[in-house]
Amino acid sequence: MSAKTLFEKVWDKHVVSQIQDGPSVIYIDRHFIHEVTSPQAFEGLRSRGIGVFRPDQTIATADHNVPTIDQHLPIKDKLSRLQVQKLTNNCQEFGLELYGLGHQYQGIVHVIGPELGITRPGMTIVCGDSHTSTHGAFGAIAFGIGTSEVEQVLATQCVLQPKPLSMKIEVDGPLASGVLSKDIILYVASKISTSGATGHFIEYTGSTIRGLSMEARMTICNMSIEMGARGGMIAPDDTTFEYLKGRKFGPHGVAWDYYLKQWKELYTDPDATFDASYKFDAADIVPMITYGTNPGMGMKITGRIPSGPDNQKALEYMGLTAGEQLLGKQINHVFIGSCTNSRIEDLRLVASLVKGKQKSPHVHAMVIPGSKQVEQQAKQEGLDQILEAAGFQLRQPGCSACLGMNEDKIPPGEYCVSTSNRNFEGRQGPGARTILASPLTAAATALAGCISDVREII
Amino acid sequence: MKSFNTITSTCVSMPAENVDTDQIIPARFLKATDREGFGDNLFRDWRFDAEGNPKPDFILNQTGVKGEVLIAGKNFGCGSSREHAAWALYDYGFRVVVSSFFADIFRNNALNNGLLPVQLPEDFIQDLFSALEQDPSLKATVDLTNQQFAILGSEKSSGFEINAHKKTCLLQGLDDIDYLINQRDQIIAYEQAGRKV
Repeated sequence: MSAKTLFEKVWDKHVVSQIQDGPSVIYIDRHFIHEVTSPQAFEGLRSRGIGVFRPDQTIATADHNVPTIDQHLPIKDKLSRLQVQKLTNNCQEFGLELYGLGHQYQGIVHVIGPELGITRPGMTIVCGDSHTSTHGAFGAIAFGIGTSEVEQVLATQCVLQPKPLSMKIEVDGPLASGVLSKDIILYVASKISTSGATGHFIEYTGSTIRGLSMEARMTICNMSIEMGARGGMIAPDDTTFEYLKGRKFGPHGVAWDYYLKQWKELYTDPDATFDASYKFDAADIVPMITYGTNPGMGMKITGRIPSGPDNQKALEYMGLTAGEQLLGKQINHVFIGSCTNSRIEDLRLVASLVKGKQKSPHVHAMVIPGSKQVEQQAKQEGLDQILEAAGFQLRQPGCSACLGMNEDKIPPGEYCVSTSNRNFEGRQGPGARTILASPLTAAATALAGCISDVREII
Repeated sequence: MKSFNTITSTCVSMPAENVDTDQIIPARFLKATDREGFGDNLFRDWRFDAEGNPKPDFILNQTGVKGEVLIAGKNFGCGSSREHAAWALYDYGFRVVVSSFFADIFRNNALNNGLLPVQLPEDFIQDLFSALEQDPSLKATVDLTNQQFAILGSEKSSGFEINAHKKTCLLQGLDDIDYLINQRDQIIAYEQAGRKV
């Protein structure tokens, strides 16, 4: 048998059939849906007069378009309320499990899947959301799809997909203090560019990646799409198995032993080859920030904005100039949250940094937990009190200011240091200017009131 | 889905690179639960100011600029998976988007909605931008059957690739869901073979 990559092992197992000169029919193990990209798919099922083919393999939650305060009250915005209500109605009509607002498992879809043990190694996982790549941290093939494809999965538990090319990204060596996995992926994106991995599926390897916790690995895989990749994955190992053990919907008892044996086979064979490969040294990675309007436009926090014709439009939007240093720049908004950085480890890091300190008076600092379970855990650990004492507002779970669909928007022209994944024009609200960074950099910035190098205060 | 065969139309030139789906349709306009009307907010924040007045410099607001063919800079449609981006382009009246490469999810979304993504070489597209700057009334013919893109009344033409399955779907107006529903026996056989994870 020829040598295979991790991706090929999982992909090959899920090919139901292959269309000649066309895409493969890929079987989907788990399908997540949310309120924004699913209603038209259900409408499609209705107009065809068909039901959901495998209702127990689709899990729904409300996250993109929900308020992050007063979630027990009816949603104020009429269109948002109707959209969330529609999800509830659709789940009832088609017999799907819904973790809606107020449910103990509600949260950002890419946070709840892993924490509930729904996400497992070797699976194929899709969702009508490009950050579905997050689940790749478990050695799953996970990717975002459009609404027509959501309908395909609801109707047949399959999608039609062309097989992507393969890319290996290896990062080796120990990480310096104050440098997080968010910095790794912002660094990699700055090297590969916002489109450099288009058409590829990434496997992240190397000692640095191996040394990361599962939550830190999720941050890496989450941003695969920001380089254009179809997805990104990491071979499961003892860290993965340790994380999965005892999860609510994960395998237990005899089933655990059965799956564990299979999961241990999920690695890239030594002789397998990739269509593209990159290798990075962790020693070169420091805290990173972005200066432009795509996630590939990142630099060292101490760096100066590079010049170049490609930057011009972006810098104009950002109100920045080439050669400028961002360190010390006044910031009025800090957003800690999103499917990239809203897990308990992120909140713990932020709390440990801000404990006993005060945010700068002019900064509005929001912390949005990724899920009800993260929120609960944070409260049990007293993180809510630490954050609140430091002037950070701990709100309720949702996608929030990452995409500004709800009322959590950054005002026009204002800068926001954000732990989210995209700094596109208007992403956090019309005219808003987003600077992507790690949770530590964001917290340090909130304390100082200006962009700060966290290494100087830890 | 409506079938696609050959289109001859004027073109709209948009040389910006890395146009993400947040620009094509901002998230705050994704609250609808049907597929209609997204064209009104296509390129919303480039097209209109905060008060909703058209920005005169934006290409779609310029007098005489219209067409079913959008010629775009590289990496068109990157970012969010929102299919609303394809719906908005189609609803506005575009039937073809030309770029030197497309983001993967956007390409699939476009194909699933009868919006043809045509990938052409970068230098060919740069030539097109120049030609359209000289003469905005140039018309392009996009012939899916023969996989040919040509500028009418000139020598400029290029073949383009599309996978055979998608080509058939577009030519016949079939969608992938019909195809997959017809595969259900095979899908059930796959499940029964115990390959599910």
